[in-house]
Formats: sequence, C-alpha cells, structure tokens
Amino acid sequence: MHSFGYRANALLTFSLTILALMCAMASLSDNLNSPSPTASVKVLNINRFQKKSTGDDEVGITLDISADLQSLFTWNTKQVFVFLAAEYSTPKNILNQVSLWDGIIPAQDGAKFSIKTKNKYRFIDQGSNLRGRDFNLTLHWHVMPKTGKMFADKLVLPGFRLPESYR
Amino acid sequence: MGFIGDSIGSLKSINVRQALEQAITLGMIVSSALILWKFLMCVTGSESPVVVVLSESMEPAFQRGDILFLRMGEDPIRAGEIVVFNIDRREIPIVHRVIKVHQRNDTSDIDILTKGDNNPTNDRGLYAPGQQWLQRQHIMGRAVGFLPYVGYITIVMTEKPIIKYVLISALGFLALTSKD
Repeated sequence: MHSFGYRANALLTFSLTILALMCAMASLSDNLNSPSPTASVKVLNINRFQKKSTGDDEVGITLDISADLQSLFTWNTKQVFVFLAAEYSTPKNILNQVSLWDGIIPAQDGAKFSIKTKNKYRFIDQGSNLRGRDFNLTLHWHVMPKTGKMFADKLVLPGFRLPESYR
Repeated sequence: MGFIGDSIGSLKSINVRQALEQAITLGMIVSSALILWKFLMCVTGSESPVVVVLSESMEPAFQRGDILFLRMGEDPIRAGEIVVFNIDRREIPIVHRVIKVHQRNDTSDIDILTKGDNNPTNDRGLYAPGQQWLQRQHIMGRAVGFLPYVGYITIVMTEKPIIKYVLISALGFLALTSKD
C-alpha cells in the first residue's frame, strides 16, 4: 500500500494536476482583461497599378500605420501577431482578404508603433476588378498566450478607394 | 531491493484468474483513451483534435513540441487564422497562418493562401505542383488553444524508437505486477 512506487505515482499525479489547474487559471485570467486598442492607417501613395500578364490586377502601395495595442498584453501573453489586410468584394467574390503587412510584437514596449511601409505581400486580385474599387483596411491582431486559449479581434477602417485607371 | 524483489515475486505467483484481470484492466485503459479521442473528434469537428508542432516555421509563436488544440466549426476561414492543412501526397500536415482569402459569391467556395510566420515566402512552394490555393477540403482544423512543451515526448519517441519500446515495456511490466 505505501510502497515506493505507490508514493511516486501519487506525487506525480498530484503535481501534474496542480500544473494543469494553474495553466487553466492562467488562461481563464485572460478573460478579465478588456482591451481598448486604437489604430489609424493612411494610404500615402499608389506606387504601381497595373494588370499582370495573367490578367490579374496588381497594386503597389505605401502605407502609414500607427497603432496602440499595449492594452492587449497580460501576464499570460507570449506575443501579439498583428497584420493589415485589404478587404473588398467583387462581382465574382463576396469577400477578398489580402494581407498587406504583418508584424510580431513580442513585448508590451513594442505595442505602440507607427511605421511607413510599402506592402510586404503582393496585393493581387483574382481577376481584373480593382479599378475604382472601394476597400477597407482592417487591422487584425491575434494574441498568442503562454498557455491556453488564443484571442483574436480586429479594427475595420473603411473608406478607401483605388484609382479609376492603371498607372 | 524491496521494490524490484516484490515485483518479481508477484510475477512468479501469477495465476490465470489474475492474468485475466490484468488483461481486462489493460483493455479498459486502452479503450478509455480511444473513447476520449473519438469524443474530442465529435466535439471539435476536427479529424485530429490535438496536434504536435514538428517544425520551426511558426516560431516564435509555436516551437517544436508544443501542442495545439484544433476545432473545425462551421464558420468560414478568415485571414490571420492558424490552420492545419493536408497536401495531397504529403504525409505530415502543416500548421501555418492564412494570409489571403477569396470567397466565391455563388458557391461560397473558398481559396486560401498560407504562410509560416517564420518563413520568408508564402506556401505555394510547399503545395502540390501547380497548386495555387488551398480549398476547404485541405483544411483539417484551426488552432484555438495552445499548451507548451507537452508534445515533446512524442517527438522523442518518433525520433528514437528505442525509448518508445523501453517505455512501453516498463509500463507493461508495472501493469502486470501491480496488485491493486
């Protein structure tokens, strides 16, 4: 009954239970945080706008992105993945999401930023539908915990429009 | 010497009835693990509710040996989500982030492009030759939860099979010799 094996087993089971409980509590404590992030994005320039040889429209743009995501961080946050996507609908597609820029924020100090950048990933449509197209720029963030549940949310910035003609 | 001596003693004194009991106990353990797995499959809607991260392509978010909990769900897949997908004729599923989504108007078919956070380019090079997009049927699930390090034991066991056999025989030995 009180053999070495029995005691080792009991000790291991108990410590694993406590560890699992602490992980669950750390993850649950994330729900107590109610973040209030802010962001603003400006399109500084359309550098390039043309139809590729495949027939798809491609845009090259310069963006000014500033955001304050500091309130997303809790003690259980490992990193925040943030990205800016162009979102629009065309006659063929009800929704198009094209990621233009992304970044990984490992700590709270870096969560308030302002950068001017060209699009990091190519802005290519499926087809030739971008002339005069209205689109939203949406800042998405995915909060990666040290353990437990992942959180995601977004901020939609509407009211952008592409030029009527290629350049 | 007490522990090992006792164990060997109980192995010697084994009889048919006891052996049957042990076999049933082992069967119970195996079948309850199976029940748990199938139950998770039903609840999450994913054919593989738990996966172990095997590559460094999503660092620093996921490291080798971290465990991900997957869910399928009815919602359409959106940019930014971390999905697990299968490519035809590629044995091991890949865990990467969605960077592009095109959803059809009429059929709500969906074209998805993925990229690993730690990779310099998108995943078209990993897809089947000529494949430009992932569709719904390639996706096994999306990551909703995360547990660090726990999966490392499975990596060790696949890479060094000897450890797996030692572990299994030790557990079997313990199960056969335990009295309660």
